[in-house]
Amino acid sequence: MKKGETILSVKNLSVSLNGKEKILEDINFEVKEGENLIIMGPNGAGKSVLLKTLLGLMDYSGEIKWKSGVKIGYVPQRFSPEKRFPLNIEEFFKFKKIKKDKIKELLDSVGLRDAGILKKTIGEISSGQLQRVLIAWSLINDPDVLLFDEPTAGIDIGGEETVYKLLSDIEKKKDLTIIFVTHDLSVIHKLADSVLCLNKNMVCYGALEEINEPGMLARLYGHEIKIYKHTHDRDSIFK
Amino acid sequence: MIETQFLNSLLVAIFVGGAGGYLGSLMITKKMALSGDALGHLALPGIAIGLLYNLNLTCGAFITLALGILFIWRLEIKTKITTEALTGIVFTTSTAAAFLFLKESDLERALIGDITSIGRKELVLSVIMLCAVYLIIRAIYKDMILASLSEDLAKVEKVKINRNNLVFLLSVAVIVALGIKVVGSLLIGALVIIPAATAKNISRNMRQYSYGGAVFGILGGALGMWLYKITGLPAGPLIILTSTLFFVISVALRTGN
Repeated sequence: MKKGETILSVKNLSVSLNGKEKILEDINFEVKEGENLIIMGPNGAGKSVLLKTLLGLMDYSGEIKWKSGVKIGYVPQRFSPEKRFPLNIEEFFKFKKIKKDKIKELLDSVGLRDAGILKKTIGEISSGQLQRVLIAWSLINDPDVLLFDEPTAGIDIGGEETVYKLLSDIEKKKDLTIIFVTHDLSVIHKLADSVLCLNKNMVCYGALEEINEPGMLARLYGHEIKIYKHTHDRDSIFK
Repeated sequence: MIETQFLNSLLVAIFVGGAGGYLGSLMITKKMALSGDALGHLALPGIAIGLLYNLNLTCGAFITLALGILFIWRLEIKTKITTEALTGIVFTTSTAAAFLFLKESDLERALIGDITSIGRKELVLSVIMLCAVYLIIRAIYKDMILASLSEDLAKVEKVKINRNNLVFLLSVAVIVALGIKVVGSLLIGALVIIPAATAKNISRNMRQYSYGGAVFGILGGALGMWLYKITGLPAGPLIILTSTLFFVISVALRTGN
């Protein structure tokens, strides 16, 4: 794992909906500069809520401390424009202040090299292309951290390259810190430095090496299912 | 003298149509296509009181509209009841209230408009207000579209969603208050929605969509007024039906794509 300055530290974080239903309880973790943290867990575990809370979009108790002056890019989970919506890719990028050359450069960096794409509407490109467009869009202001919320439905990113490979390439080139929410276990091999497993409570948290030891992954998966059934079991397995 | 009167009416129809069509593209995007109609009814109590006490109708309409909108906006944030349900309740209530005051002889004027009564002062005021609405909407247009695509993304970009919605609704109120003079409260929704829906059918980007709405609004206003001049039929319904004709053509073009 790369070691840098701490870019985000989260302590005793709890989030409840309408002050009643607890969605997240007592979450603690830290992200260093250049580190890739994968947040995983079953559907409804509160992964997207955690990401939104980190972005300041939800009320919470506890502490979220970003390094001062940090720039954050965000790729949302839900983004499905109506098929015939008249907004083209170039206009979508121009929602932010950006020159056309820079748009092309960003699209190029996510593997969208066809010049015609700028004039295509946001509803007519494939879901994989849209995902790439959203990643490129999140990179407009040269963020230090990228928060990526993976769509629940599988996306066809096309060709051999997966969205994980793409992010890992971008991360190396731009020296990004990535916080990546997924339900897909296989991602951790491809992208993670550390992993946070979530099911309302923090089920596990640790560096990839710890979690990637032989047998660990199977155990984690087994434990995750077990804990999913017994939600009051609050013991985390890796802490 | 009649010619000046006609010119005044024509200009108001063109400006209301243009600004309404531009704003209408946002209303469709926000899935508020029917709200224009509802808001037309919100204006009715203001019109009724205006007619009763011989006050400025546009002013009266705007006051009850703005009050109704503020009420809906506030209640939505507080209670999380959907805008749709709140609008439905507020507009039927105001219609009911209006009919307690409306005299039968004024009914037609309130429901389908009376563009022939527009004076010079009212023309100048209307044009200034419509230009202001256009500029305000243009300033928040991109942010409104972004918020409609993804509220989370908009919030991360520090878009002031609630403030924009209020500004937007008040702009709708201005258009509705001024447009009621032209097409009446029954048809105001069509004035805002049809030109934008027409533009949407044949647009490939946001620029064509928003300005297309304005262009079709202007065309509908101008041609409708011309038909009024040669047929003597009521101007409001003619403007709307002209717009509908453009819409039908755009549907044909769309399926041809």
